[in-house]
Amino acid sequence: MDFEYSDDQSLLKDSVDRFIQNNYGFEQRRKLVATDEGYSDKNWSQFAELGWLGMPFPEQYGGFGGTPVETMIVMEAFGTGLVAEPYLPTVVLGGGAILHGGSEEQKQAILPAVAEGKLKLALAFAERQSRYNLADVETSAKKDGGSYVLNGMKGVVFGAPSADKIIVVARTSGQSRDADGISLFLVDKDAQGLRVRGYPTADGLRAGEVYLDNVKVGADALVGEEGKGLPLLEKVIDHGIAAISAEAVGAMKALNDMTLEYLKTREQFGQPIGRFQVLQHRMVDMFIAHEEAKSMAMMAAMRVDEADETERKKAMSAAKVQIGKSARYVGQQGIQLHGGIGMTDEYAAGHYFKRLTMIDRSFGDTDFHLKRFADL
Amino acid sequence: MDLRFTPEEQAFRKEVREWVAANLPRDIKEKVDRGIELTCDDFSRWMRILSERGWIATNWPKEAGGPGLNIAQKYILEEEIFLGGAPRTVHFGTRMVGPVLLRYGTEEQKKKYLPKILTSEEIWCQGYSEPGAGSDLASLKTSAVRDGDHYVVNGTKIWTSYAHCADRMFALVRTSVEPKKQDGITVLLIDLKLPGLTVRPIITIDGRHHFNQEFFDNVRVPVEDRVGEEGQGWAIAKYLLGHERSNGSGVSMIKWRATKLREMASKERADGERLENEPAFRRKIAELESDLRALELTSLRVLASASADKPIGPEASVLKFRMACMQQAVTELMMEAGAYYAHPLDREALRGQSNAEQVGPDYQFRMAPEYFQMRGTSIAGGSNEIQKNIIAKRVLGL
Repeated sequence: MDFEYSDDQSLLKDSVDRFIQNNYGFEQRRKLVATDEGYSDKNWSQFAELGWLGMPFPEQYGGFGGTPVETMIVMEAFGTGLVAEPYLPTVVLGGGAILHGGSEEQKQAILPAVAEGKLKLALAFAERQSRYNLADVETSAKKDGGSYVLNGMKGVVFGAPSADKIIVVARTSGQSRDADGISLFLVDKDAQGLRVRGYPTADGLRAGEVYLDNVKVGADALVGEEGKGLPLLEKVIDHGIAAISAEAVGAMKALNDMTLEYLKTREQFGQPIGRFQVLQHRMVDMFIAHEEAKSMAMMAAMRVDEADETERKKAMSAAKVQIGKSARYVGQQGIQLHGGIGMTDEYAAGHYFKRLTMIDRSFGDTDFHLKRFADL
Repeated sequence: MDLRFTPEEQAFRKEVREWVAANLPRDIKEKVDRGIELTCDDFSRWMRILSERGWIATNWPKEAGGPGLNIAQKYILEEEIFLGGAPRTVHFGTRMVGPVLLRYGTEEQKKKYLPKILTSEEIWCQGYSEPGAGSDLASLKTSAVRDGDHYVVNGTKIWTSYAHCADRMFALVRTSVEPKKQDGITVLLIDLKLPGLTVRPIITIDGRHHFNQEFFDNVRVPVEDRVGEEGQGWAIAKYLLGHERSNGSGVSMIKWRATKLREMASKERADGERLENEPAFRRKIAELESDLRALELTSLRVLASASADKPIGPEASVLKFRMACMQQAVTELMMEAGAYYAHPLDREALRGQSNAEQVGPDYQFRMAPEYFQMRGTSIAGGSNEIQKNIIAKRVLGL
């Protein structure tokens, strides 16, 4: 058993932490998310130069050959700065789908371009009615000779506005919610009949509704086997869970640090409010919530490549349940202990709270994962 | 003991319901329904409509222009107004200034201010908190120094709800520094158009504009706008606490939200079924509704125990605390109901400033923004921690 980072991992952590310190001050981030794109191309190029965009890809595809622990290190640091660049959609979800399910040609065409920062991706899996059920797919893909025709609508696609290519989850056969019959397609954003209605999200990031109206793609657009896409999608989303768990841990740490500092400096009734025992205990509970979340995020990173599918799913669901509980507590109490200032848009605490809240609404909330854990 | 309403009270309920349906402007109702930010003009229009019907100052005695309703009627009125889809009102004039002037004001002050509160011609805000005086309100520093027939006011007030819509402020200021900080506080009525006074908007994490900060730079307030004596401010503020914490509107608003939650749960789908039939969510709604009954009954018990000569005591803190919890619980469930559709949030559309294509359900803005905003209910108007301190000290004697 070993909970320590290797030397290379420590160097990676230093480098991401330094980037956040230098480029992700709260005011810098505020300006960034207020722009139309909501992120910075300059930062993106820097991610590419530092090797983060190819972190989980094998070296033969221009990647770094990192394990999920490297992704955890990057995402945790991104959480402390509330990084707005579409790293999760591009590298973890889109890149993950190609990495875990793509053909050799697709890997060669996509992964090096992602690693170099030339190509952004998104994974369109959710739909208006689907909630967190990955098999609840109504968007259809009908075979038409050597190609497929896609119709339907994908909802709340993270990173859709900035993506060059979108991996669309569609049904090639069967009924809504059947485990069989789900397929993934790599579609150009400017494909005829595809339209993205982009929007900001409650945590300041970007997502979009993706409308597909007779979008024709070739057989080479299929990612993985036709009709057998669900296990691939589940695996990719489990990687997403491991990644945002780490992000949440970073955000919790930042919010806890900020709250602790506030308790020590804010004076009411002639003393720092941190002298009041009721607030001390609250802060201790927040500290414990972060520690437990950190343990589970580490576990998630170490188990997400687990070959036994059931074990992997149980581990990711357990992690997401803990992240959900901890994020909710730390987020809510972080605001409460700050008082009015925590409620304002011009102060950082509220932005951490919002991201933490939205992480619980991503890839399944606490109720969803409790049920999945129990059913496995 | 009897929980039933009398036939007269039931008739009154019907009357209010029909009146709200007929008189609440459609555009305002739609905004409330969708969670879109209301403009000052929206608030003012609705308040004037309530004024014309005589239902704005429900807490005032009949001889002062109140509608002369009993406790049950007041409760019914508030409930039907909210369940009918009306917005809250900017109620500092009726809830604070009215009761204070009736008790402590001069005849001139009553004549000058009360009629325009009754007609909703003038909207008031409350100038209490300061950057350094939140939970420890008595440590406030905004100073008022006497200069002939005026007080010269310097300092700043913060978290002032709807100051951007208000004409006047009911403010606590410091007229002298005394060994005991509660002494030396005075109430001034301040015209927000006076020279030297600026109002800065504070946008909250829900993306809307509810709060403001005001800066006073040698603002000259006429001495006749002082309420009571110099140094009497703390006693007046305490007198008001009972009024502020005892209104039933919190419960009605939660009830309205609970009906909206049920609507959402019947529209949202989980595994092809209605979300309201999903066992975990179904249980959560049941728990919310059962908690809501406990709050409502407790609230009615407290209201029923009060009378003119025996105002509501520190027990009101129980209601303030539980209302904050319930506002937060119901909005959190609304957000949970939306799942992925809690994410999209176009701030311009939220503020009614965009005609962009709708994303997701038409109750989009009732999810994340309402949940974010309601985190403030356990902070504003005395935090949950302060309410519990009050109960511990003044009710339990700890």
